[in-house]
Amino acid sequence: MLHLVNKSPHDGCNLDTATSIMKDGDSLLLIEDGVYGAIKAGKAASLLEGRSVSVLGPDLAARGISEDKLVDGITIVDYAGFVDMVAASDNVQSWL
Amino acid sequence: MPETKKLMYINRKAPYGTIYAWESLEVVLIGAAFEQDVSVAFMDDGVYQLTKGQDTTGIGMKNFSPTYTALGDYEVNKIYVDKESLEERGLTLDDLQHLVWEDEDEDYAEKDSIRLVSRAELSEVLADQDVLFNF
Repeated sequence: MLHLVNKSPHDGCNLDTATSIMKDGDSLLLIEDGVYGAIKAGKAASLLEGRSVSVLGPDLAARGISEDKLVDGITIVDYAGFVDMVAASDNVQSWL
Repeated sequence: MPETKKLMYINRKAPYGTIYAWESLEVVLIGAAFEQDVSVAFMDDGVYQLTKGQDTTGIGMKNFSPTYTALGDYEVNKIYVDKESLEERGLTLDDLQHLVWEDEDEDYAEKDSIRLVSRAELSEVLADQDVLFNF
């Protein structure tokens, strides 16, 4: 399953819920304000440990977050990569 | 001569994910045009509004971050950034745009607009305002 989070980790509990419900083999894609959750020095970074995590590159760039700020091991995808991830998943859960 | 009031705009939302940040910036500039005593605060996710290096070409939205550098020209030079909010988000002052204003009384010397404040200091500034606008 693919999990999508589009809210800041400081705005509600979406990232907490998503990461706590993810199973082995599931993927997490951070989009829109969700990309703030991928900042290494941020307090939400520990939630991503041991997870398969991707972030949407255009949303990172819009917010001025450079790659070197990200949690290690995160994959950056573009919109086409986003579509590929959705197509490759049997189901998609959006934590709105 | 109309009365001058102390107006403070409090920004607590990240840019782009919602329209609050941009709307706030518009209202700040309007208030400044009426020659009021304007202060702007950035706290919680609002501190993300000031990050440097924003490039929105990939998301099809206007990059309004360069407009913050114009605030000094409108005599909006009291910009408070909440230190705790920055730290929680793994950011430092170096990650933010360098905002300045020119002091007419000191031969247009360039001065920093951003004041990094603790929650307690921000509390004092808040208590001193006539009107608070929240975004």
